Amino acid sequence: MTLRDASLRGAPQRPSRGHGVAALYAGNARSVVGRGLLATRSTNWIVVLTGFVEPIFYLLSLGVGLGAYVGTVQDAAGNDIPYAAYIAPALLAVSAMNGAIYDSTWNVFFKLNYQKTYEGMLTTSLGPFDVALGEIVLALLRGGAYGLGFLLVMQAAGLNLAWTAVFALPAVLVVAFGFASLGMGITSYLKTFQQMDWITFFLLPMFLLSATFYPLAVYPEPVQWAVMALPLWHGVELVRGLTTGVLGPAMLVHLAYYAVMIAVGLAFTTRRLRALFLD
Amino acid sequence: MPSTPVIVAADLVKKYGDFAAVDGLSFEVAPGESFGLLGPNGAGKSTTMRMVGAVSTRTSGSLAILGLDPNRSGPEIRSRLGVVPQADNLDNELRVRDNLIVYGRYFGLPLRHLRRRADELLEFAQLADRAGSKVDDLSGGMKRRLTIARALINDPRILLLDEPTTGLDPQARHILWDRLFRLKEQGTTLVLTTHYMDEAEQLCDRLIVVDKGRIMAEGSPAALIREHSTREVLEVRFGSERNAGAAADLEGIGRLEVLPDRVLVYADSGEAALEEVTRRGLQPMTSLVRRSSLEDVFLRLTGRSLIE
Ligand SMILES: Nc1ncnc2c1ncn2[C@@H]1O[C@H](COP(=O)(O)OP(=O)(O)OP(=O)(O)O)[C@@H](O)[C@H]1O
Ligand SMILES: [Mg+2]
Repeated sequence: MTLRDASLRGAPQRPSRGHGVAALYAGNARSVVGRGLLATRSTNWIVVLTGFVEPIFYLLSLGVGLGAYVGTVQDAAGNDIPYAAYIAPALLAVSAMNGAIYDSTWNVFFKLNYQKTYEGMLTTSLGPFDVALGEIVLALLRGGAYGLGFLLVMQAAGLNLAWTAVFALPAVLVVAFGFASLGMGITSYLKTFQQMDWITFFLLPMFLLSATFYPLAVYPEPVQWAVMALPLWHGVELVRGLTTGVLGPAMLVHLAYYAVMIAVGLAFTTRRLRALFLD
Repeated sequence: MPSTPVIVAADLVKKYGDFAAVDGLSFEVAPGESFGLLGPNGAGKSTTMRMVGAVSTRTSGSLAILGLDPNRSGPEIRSRLGVVPQADNLDNELRVRDNLIVYGRYFGLPLRHLRRRADELLEFAQLADRAGSKVDDLSGGMKRRLTIARALINDPRILLLDEPTTGLDPQARHILWDRLFRLKEQGTTLVLTTHYMDEAEQLCDRLIVVDKGRIMAEGSPAALIREHSTREVLEVRFGSERNAGAAADLEGIGRLEVLPDRVLVYADSGEAALEEVTRRGLQPMTSLVRRSSLEDVFLRLTGRSLIE
C-alpha cells in the first residue's frame, strides 16, 4: 500500500497518558439517567416497596408504640417535642439513604459484574464520569422519591413541627446524593457477594446508633465522636433541624460533610470505571 | 488516488504485567477496506481490537484512528466507531428496540432521529418483528445481529467486529456475512477477527495472521495462499496409528504435513499426487483433493492447526 501521510501517523507514546477532562466527561450523563428510568420498568417492585415501607413501620411501632411510654424528648434547643416527631426526621433521612443505597450498591453491583452495562456504555462516546454521575443521579432520584413519600406521611401525621420542614426535601436529596456517591464508589471496588454483605453489616449499626432513636448525649464522649464521624448522623441532624425548626451553624457543617462525601464518591467511581473499562 | 489510511498502528504493544499480549504489531487499514485479524486463541486479536476501539490503553508504540490518538481523544474516536465485542453486552434490562435507541442516546444523538434509525436497523438485522422482545428471549444469532445493528446506530466510519460469527449455525453465519457485505458495499470500513478461514476468505480484502502477539504474515487471502501454500491439497488417512509411518513412503510427492488423524500433501495437482500415492502401492483408507485454504497457510506458518 502507498497510503502514507505523516500527519495522520499516531503520535509517539508520551510518558503521561494525557487523559484530559474530555476523556472522562462528555457532558451526557442524562442519557445514562434516561436509560435507568427506562430500565426501572423491569424493576422488582416488591423490593422497592420494602425499602420504602420499612421506615414507616419503624415510625408506627416506635413513634406511636414506644412513644406512648417515652412521652416527650428535648430537641437541640431544649424544647419538649413528642417522641414521634423526634424520630421521624431521622427515619426520613434513613428512608432517603435506603433508596440511594439500594440503587447504588446492589443494582450497580449487578450492572458492573454481571450485566456488563457499563462496559457497553463505555464503548460509546460517554466517559466514565458521565456513567458515574448518571448512575448516582438515578440512585439519588430513588432516594428522593422515598424521602418525598415519607415526608408526606410525616405531614399527614402532624410530625413536621416547623415551616422549615419544606427544606427537608432538598436536604433529603443531598443526603441521598451523598449515600449514592459513596455507595457506588465503594461498590465499584467489590467483586463478591460476601464483600457486598459487609455493606449491610455496616449499615445496620449505623442506622441504630446515629442519634436515630435517642439523643447522642446518652453515649460516653468517645462514642459520641465515633457516631459524629458517620454520614447518617449528619443527615439525621440536618433533617431533624429542619423539621423541628431548630437551625444553627452546625447545618453548614453537615452540608459540608455531604459535599465532601459526594465529591469523594464521584471521584472514586470515575477512577474505578476508567481502570476497569478503559485500561 | 491513494486514500489516507483510517487506522495506522506502528509497533503496537500491550503488556499485562510482564506478559506481552500484543508484541509489536504494525498495520494500516484503508478507508472502505475490509481488514482481518486471524489467529488462534490468545493470539492477541481482542486485545488489539480493544486498543483500536479506544477502550484499552497501549503500553507502547503509536496508534492513530481517523487521525486521532486514542490516548487523547478516546470519546471522539469512539463516537465514530461501531463495536461488536467478542462477548455480547446487550442491555438485558431493555427491550430490543430500546437497546438501539438508548445506545444512540449515549452518543448524544437526538431521539427523533434515533427512532427512525432504530427501525431501519431492525429491518436491516431482520429483527423488526422482535422490536418489543426481551433481549434474553432472542437466539444467539439474533443477539449477534442486534449487536451489529446497535454498532451501526451512530453511522460509524469503521466497524470493529470481534469474532462476529463464533457460535452461530451455518445459516446464521451466512445471514451475517450477507449483512456485512452490504455494509462494505456502502463504504463502511470493516475490521474483523476470526478463527474461521472461510470467513476470512469470504470477507477480508486483506488480513494479517497473528500468533503470540506478532504478525506472521500479511496480504490478501489469495496472495497468502499463493505465497505459503500450493494450489491444491491432497488429504490422505491411513488410520491414526499408521499416518506417521506412511508419511515416510510419501516423501518427494510434495510438501507433507503430518497431523494426528491425516497426512496433507501439498501439490499443484492433487489428482496427480493421488495417482503417485497409489503407484507407490500405498492404500489410504480415505483420500480427498481440495483447494488450498488459509488454514493451510496458518499450518505452514505456525506448525499448528488454527482450531485446536
Ligand atoms: N485483562 C487482561 N489481563 C491479563 N491478561 C490478559 C488480559 N486480557 C487478555 N490477556 C491475555 O492476553 C492474551 C491475548 O488475549 P486476547 O483476548 O487478545 O486473545 P484473542 O486472540 O482474542 O484470543 P481468542 O481467540 O481466544 O479470543 C491472552 O493470553 C490473554 O490471557
Ligand atoms: Mg478474542
